Order: sequence, then structure tokens, then C-alpha cells
Amino acid sequence: MILQLNGQQVYYGTGSGHWKKDAKSIVFVHGAGFDHSIWVMPARYFARHGYNVIALDLPGHGQSSGVLLTSIDAMADWVAQVIGAVADDANAQASVVGHSMGSLIAMNMAARHKAVVEQVALLGTSAPMPVTSLLLDAAKDNHHAAIDMTNTWSHSQRSIMGSSDNPGVSNIHAGERWLERAGKSVLYTDLAACNVFDAAELPPVECPALVITGGDDKMTPAKAGIAVAQMLPNAHVENLRGCGHSMLTEQPNQVLDALSGFILS
Amino acid sequence: MSDGEHRGPKGLGFDTLSLHAGQVPDPTTGARATPIYQSAAFVFPDSDVAVGLFNLERAGHVYSRLSNPTNAVLEERMAALDHGVGSIVTASGQAAIHLAITTLLSAGDHIVASRSLYGGTHNLFQYTLSRFGISTTFVDPRDFDAFAQAIQPNTKVIFGEVLGNPGLEVLDIPQLSKLAHDHGLPLMIDATFVTPYLCRPIDLGADIVVHSATKFLSGHGVVIGGVVVDGGTFDWRSKDKFPTLSQPYEGFHDLVFSEEFGPLAFITRARREGIRDFGACMAPMTAFQILQGLETLPLRMQRHVANALEVAKYLEGHDMVESVSYPGLESHPDYALAQTMLPKGAGAVFSFELKGGRAAGRTFIESLDIFSHLANVGDAKSLVIHPASTTHHRMDEASLLASGIGPGLVRLSIGLEDPVDLIADLKKGLRGVEKSLRKPS
Repeated sequence: MILQLNGQQVYYGTGSGHWKKDAKSIVFVHGAGFDHSIWVMPARYFARHGYNVIALDLPGHGQSSGVLLTSIDAMADWVAQVIGAVADDANAQASVVGHSMGSLIAMNMAARHKAVVEQVALLGTSAPMPVTSLLLDAAKDNHHAAIDMTNTWSHSQRSIMGSSDNPGVSNIHAGERWLERAGKSVLYTDLAACNVFDAAELPPVECPALVITGGDDKMTPAKAGIAVAQMLPNAHVENLRGCGHSMLTEQPNQVLDALSGFILS
Repeated sequence: MSDGEHRGPKGLGFDTLSLHAGQVPDPTTGARATPIYQSAAFVFPDSDVAVGLFNLERAGHVYSRLSNPTNAVLEERMAALDHGVGSIVTASGQAAIHLAITTLLSAGDHIVASRSLYGGTHNLFQYTLSRFGISTTFVDPRDFDAFAQAIQPNTKVIFGEVLGNPGLEVLDIPQLSKLAHDHGLPLMIDATFVTPYLCRPIDLGADIVVHSATKFLSGHGVVIGGVVVDGGTFDWRSKDKFPTLSQPYEGFHDLVFSEEFGPLAFITRARREGIRDFGACMAPMTAFQILQGLETLPLRMQRHVANALEVAKYLEGHDMVESVSYPGLESHPDYALAQTMLPKGAGAVFSFELKGGRAAGRTFIESLDIFSHLANVGDAKSLVIHPASTTHHRMDEASLLASGIGPGLVRLSIGLEDPVDLIADLKKGLRGVEKSLRKPS
């Protein structure tokens, strides 16, 4: 779906669902360099279960136009604004689910836009979320090595070898193509925003939270996700054994089970 | 930091992937080899999961026409070897081309194809697809102006083979890819003759790759199979050009594949429509047998191309041979391009023209012992065919020449035997031709 907001195009996937005035809403926020299509399976699941799905392309990503946002604060403010615009209701609420950079945006929204966020699910999260200068420098130069680093480090060794749950799909090459689709400077701008994110500056998060960690996550190790959960007063942790950072493609069914158990309950 | 100093992690090597990609030891039994899941269907743990599998919310298997765990290992391995986002294995190479074409094209659409194609592909494009309203313009694979001029408003794909048939023209994939993309079109490549070991068309700019897995991928010549590999590289979101991917699909509750599946749009539509509805799926036993072949693909291809070059050089120096068409020889017009595009070798299928025409061709083939006279290529065993007296026997000499087939043209598929024995066998055949030509008519 396409929405015009502040003179810019906002694109969001609906999981093939249709907007229902009285239904609950769920917002999916992608990670650095990605777009809404990484959420295809949970988006379709929650649409079928009666939710209004908003799987966003952040500004300058996918089919959303606009200038790339350079801070997690700005991204969180933008998502909060989009929720109101899509619902045509300034008081609209939603469950917010974010992966990696998207988890920082969801956490930030839960802290700074409390009235908007009913509950948050943080997938592959870490706060802070430092990014190595090797990766940042390559991303700054728009060098393909940045994609190779991000993609390889985001997959568990098992996933690099293969044996995808999704028949016939090579997750490692799909991940590479997703990142290659991003425009110039997108990956760098996103990673730089993650690198300077400081959760200590945020007001406390009060809403219920789910943290999903990957046992073999090299980008945001499980212990970092557990540390995030310990910062939140009302958080539950689900650890996906053997899963890397690319949990939406590596273990889509387990992610869906964790999300549905949390959101639908 | 300068651009050249960035170094990303290297992926697993080809030899490792050909053995391991797509498979881990069976989690239930510990089986190291890929189990053959000889089951038509798979049990749903509950109704919600069942709906989720049908609605593309969950990953998994439903029915072996759509996907099967043994086939999925082969599919993922081929995707990994070809650097694609995914693949689908099919009942044959022809089924793979049909699946790829019909995923994109509908009645009224048009293909621009190299005219140097496998005869089965030519038949499909020229005669069969035209019955369903899909037309094709065939052009010289070396003539890029002809490719450009053949493009029409309804053209949806450009198609070619890495090595043409029977002239072994090397298709300049980087140049043709640029031409295709400049016209907003995907490039589909048949890479059967080269396999991903010799050439990865996706790395060179192609968007979709098809293979006959019957040939070098298997090597053993005991099964028929095909593969479609999606590079995930093409942006299908042009609403008018690629409606099967960019417009709501009524057959799947108005799903728009390019919107929901990003780089996996093509391969998802191919599985959810083409394999579902046309049904040309691969049997799991066949997938298992192809996997056994793939495990030794790099070793076999090294021997195939080494033997082919040795045999081609021998033939080129023989008095009874008019010419040899092998891109690994400096005499071939595409030798320089082959050195760039196929640095590990120019394949193991090539043709040569015998002196003495049609009769000489028959005599030659009937004099051979090690080479098997049959209509196939890519076997571990060496193969030979004389098109003028077999596949093209109905054509007169003028028609043959128009198709690039001389009356004395012989096609060889060089196998893994000792090259000394292969050359001795060919020498015997050539001696037979020499004798027959000396006989008074």
C-alpha cells in the first residue's frame, strides 16, 4: 500500500490483508539495509488472524521515498507518525515488532511514544548496538564488502551451509540480494544510526516486551539480547537454538511461534 | 580508507558446496547421505499450521508436487552453486525452460532468443509456445544489434545458451545482460553445457538460469531432470511489463509476488503456480541420484574439459578433419571470449566437420567402439552423434547448412575415459573414413 505523508511516498506491506477499522494493528520494522518484504511470513500470518498489518519500508528504503533518517529517534518518530496516518487516527495504537535496527526503533517507540505502542517484540537486539569500523568504513564507501560482512555475519554456520526451512531457498544468497537492492548509502546510514544508539538516554519502557535471541547470532549475541530484556520491567525472552541474526529466514516458523504466542495472548 | 582495501568474508568454496550445500546430517536418524523422502504428502501437526503452510506464512512441505525434502536439498545446492536465491527442480530440462518461461510470459508475449539453441528448446519456442500465443524471434548469438532490433513492446525475456548448439558460439553474457537490462528485460540463460563449475551466468549478469540436470550435473546418465535457478537480481515491479509478478494474482487471493517476496518473487511464483498447476515435478529418487552426481561435479568437470581439449587438438591436426568447432581452441572465433568467460575450460561438447560428407559421418560413427552413438551429452562416458544421419536426417544439404550443420558434422561429448583410449578410438574411425573415400565409387 502507498500513503502520502509530508509530501513523501510511504510504502507498507499488508500481508495481503485489508484494513479493518476496529481490528488491532501490528507494525513490522525492518533492519539495516532491508525492506518490508523480509516480514512476508509473519505479515501474512497476522493478516489472516485479523490484524491490520503495516510492514514498513523506512524512508529511502524499498518503495518509500524521502531522505534517509540518520538517528533511531528520527526513525521512531516517523514510524509513530505513519501509524497515525495509516489508521487516520492520532490516537491509534499498535504492537510494534522490529528486527535488528528495527528492534532499536521499536524499543525507542516504546520508551518515547508510550501511547502508541501496546507491546513490543525485539528480534536480534542489542543496546548499545556497536558496529565495527571495518564494516562501517566499507559501507561508507558503498563497497560490496559491507554487504558480504553484514550478510555472512548475520547467518549461523549451519545457515551458510544451507538446509533452509523454506524449500529450495538459499538464505545466504537471498540475504545478499536483499541488501544489494538497497540504494546508495542506505546500509551505511542505517548502521551508523545503530552504532550511536544509546538506550541509557531513553525514558523507561513499560509495555510488555518479547525479546527473541539467536543462539548463534554473531551480530547481536544472545547475551546482548538477554541484557536488553533485563533492562525492561516486563520482558520475556525466547532463545532460538542454533539460529543466527537472520532469524526471519533461518528459523521463520520458530519466530512465528514466538511472535504469535506473545502477540495473540 | 581506499575502496580497494575493503575485504569481505569469503564464502565456502565450490568443492565444499557441491558436497554439502543444502544438507546437514538428518536430525532424526543421523543419516549422513541425503535421505530419499519417498512420500507424496506430509502430515500437518494442527489445522492452523496447515493453513499457514498453504498461505505462505510458514516454511515446510505439503505435497511432493510442490516441494519435497530430498528435492529441496538439490534445489538449495544448485542455488548455492549458481549464486541464486533459490531454485526448483523439474521433471526434465525442457520442463525447467517451460516453467521459467510460463512464470513470466502469457499469450501475446514475445521472446528474443539466440538461434543457436538445443533442438528441443527451438521446437518449444518455434512450434509449441506459438500455439499458446507466445512468439519468438531467433537471432545470431553474436549479433547484438540483431538482439536489440528484435525487441518488441511485448518482449518479456531474452534467452540464450552459454555455448550455442551446434556451433559452440560463446554467448557474451555480460554484454547481452547489459542490452537486456537497458531494455528493462531479464536475461535467461541455459547453462547445461557448462554447469556452475565452468560458468555462473548470474555472476555475469543473467537473471534466471536453467539446466538440464540429465547431463553433466548428474554425469551418470541414469535420470532425466531439470533445474530453474532464480538469481533474485531482477526488479519485477514494472506493473505493465511483468503482470504475473507485479499485479494481484487471483489464483492466490490477489497476492502480488514482487511486493511481498522481494528478491524471491520469481521463484515463489514459479513454485506456487507453475509447479502447482503444470505439475512437472521431479521424483525424490531422481533428486537423490542427481545429488550423487553433483558431489563429484568439480572433479568430473576438470577431467571433462582436459580430455575435451586434448581430443579437440588431436582432431584439429588430422587430415580427414575439415574443421573443429571448440571454443577452447585458438581457431574458434570466440576463443578470446571463452578465455574470459570460461577460464576453467570451454566445456566438453564440441563438433567437427569430416571430409567426405554424410556418408563419411556414418562410416566414422560405425567404426567407433568406446564412443557411444546416442542422442545425449554430458555423460561420464564419451558420446557421439552425426546430426545429418540422425536428429536432422530429414533435411537436405542446403537446409542443413542453413542450420549450421554440415553433412559431415559430428558432435562429440567427451567423457572421463583415458584420453589416449579416446584418441585411439577416434583414430580408428578416421581411418575407416579414409579407407571408404579411397574406394572407387
